[in-house]
Amino acid sequence: MNALQKISDFFMTPAMKLIMIVAALLFPFVAGNEYQIYVMALAFVWAIAVYGMNIITGLCGQLNLAHGGFFAIGAYTLAILTVDHGWPFWWAFVAAGVSGALLGFLAGVVSLRLKEHYFAIFTLCVGFIIYLLIDKWEELTHGALGIINIPAPSGFGLVDFTETTPFYYLALVFMVLSIWLAARIANSLLGRSFRAIRISDELAASLGINLMRNKVLAFVLSTTYASVAGALYAGMVRFIGPAEADVVHTFDMITFLLVGGIGTLMGPLFGTLAITWLTQSLQFLEEYRMIVFGPLLVVLVIFFPRGVVGTFLTWRGRRLAAVQETAKKESASEKKPQPNKAVTPRNQEAGNHA
Amino acid sequence: MLKINNLTKRFGGLAAVNNVSIEFEANKINAIIGPNGAGKSTFFNLVAGAMAPTEGSIEYQGMDITGMACDRIARLGIARTFQTTSLFDESTVLDNLIVGHRLRTQSRLWDVIINSKRLRDEEKKCRSRAQEVLDFVGLSHIGHRITADISQEEKKRVAFALALATDPELVLLDEPAGGINPEETENLASLIRKMVEHGVTVCLIEHKMDMIMSLADKIMVLDHGEKIAEGTPEQIRNNPVVIEAYLGSDDDAAA
Repeated sequence: MNALQKISDFFMTPAMKLIMIVAALLFPFVAGNEYQIYVMALAFVWAIAVYGMNIITGLCGQLNLAHGGFFAIGAYTLAILTVDHGWPFWWAFVAAGVSGALLGFLAGVVSLRLKEHYFAIFTLCVGFIIYLLIDKWEELTHGALGIINIPAPSGFGLVDFTETTPFYYLALVFMVLSIWLAARIANSLLGRSFRAIRISDELAASLGINLMRNKVLAFVLSTTYASVAGALYAGMVRFIGPAEADVVHTFDMITFLLVGGIGTLMGPLFGTLAITWLTQSLQFLEEYRMIVFGPLLVVLVIFFPRGVVGTFLTWRGRRLAAVQETAKKESASEKKPQPNKAVTPRNQEAGNHA
Repeated sequence: MLKINNLTKRFGGLAAVNNVSIEFEANKINAIIGPNGAGKSTFFNLVAGAMAPTEGSIEYQGMDITGMACDRIARLGIARTFQTTSLFDESTVLDNLIVGHRLRTQSRLWDVIINSKRLRDEEKKCRSRAQEVLDFVGLSHIGHRITADISQEEKKRVAFALALATDPELVLLDEPAGGINPEETENLASLIRKMVEHGVTVCLIEHKMDMIMSLADKIMVLDHGEKIAEGTPEQIRNNPVVIEAYLGSDDDAAA
């Protein structure tokens, strides 16, 4: 095993998780200014929504283009309930998650009757309808004016989430929870059912997997993630308008997924953080930064279609297989062939979905 | 085991399968042959529930399964493989097989969230079943390989294993020997025999006549959606109607 192998093995250990969490905890202390903490917190919020998209699109293979719309539904549910109806923040927050799930269920039951491109086009329309409803239904959503003075998350007198740093930690907690649940799902039999559907509807159905039930479940999970992220966003930015439902946000999230690695566990986080900070560091180019972005994305999609994390995992999977092969040959030349236990399948599988 | 009565499937004016009746016995190898476009794959799709027939009925172990959804039929014990083997390329071979036993498990989202004992037990069960079927098809030595890197024949075997992981009683194989060499075909044929020895009934579509003639207990010949013959390999080999369908009649040759 060479150094490269050792480093890549280390990436998969629990210690690496711990290091990442500690780094995230320490970030506000090493950040240059409050603005950087704010950008990071915002990236965490977006990452939660991207994790949702990863469930329906990455695991289950259904390209949902209404995702930004459900993000806006979460944000608006929270804003309307707190500002217009005086609900406490956390009750409205739960309601935002529930409304994302319920509306996701309704949209899912209808749109998932379609497959592939048709599903993508249909959900693009669903997203646009959400945008139109928010923009035009003035009595409910305040229309183009948007909703201002949204309260920050209540800290029950202990913490003040109007401050950037406490909110950063709040966003971090929610993001870690989101990743934890996403990992549970991806590595379970449920996640395997989703992935079977991603390979092919026909194959999944022939394995006794109920397509509609599993697709709707994946869809509802993803819209719940999106609306929870949207509610957090509303509590952070404190002002929202119809632009939150713009389809641009959906395509941003797809970019994050593609860069990080679609269907992988750490891909959504990596992609969101990488693009967010790249955008920040290219601010000086203003609108011209797309000239840098475009070619970068093209190169990435051509040479690393599985994203940064996905490419790493495939490379590592091959290495592990090769290591097992040599170990097997060695043991075969020593005595009778026997199953090699040096690298357990469990280990390897974690590699595939991490 | 499987009783088909007057099965018909029309696409608009075209009858892809027309008034086919046949009975397949348990623990036998049944083959369906016929020229391209004879309706063989449509016939499989009807039996597996991928599409509903226009007319006729399908009885499986005395139960009427006509028009039943694919996933329910799979749970009743009918598994299938496809002409093109689609697998999850980025995962290991063993990993691909674990989902095969999913239909025999009960865990739901809630089990996943709380990581219940039921879920853990069922995942163990699926994993050991995957290992069993991998051993059965003779691929336990490549369980750790990335699926994209294995050979065509190995992929075919993995597809068999995936079908077997569902604990089927009847397996439908759609052109299992397509795209592999003669030696591999022979190996695959012995694997099919082994499946039958272990109590699985096999029904296959195949173009490779040598394989069919030495393997099948019973053959059904389809042409233009209709059953033109049925019988043992010997009977089929000497059936003039079958020869005509495959080679064209003397009249055609003269014309």
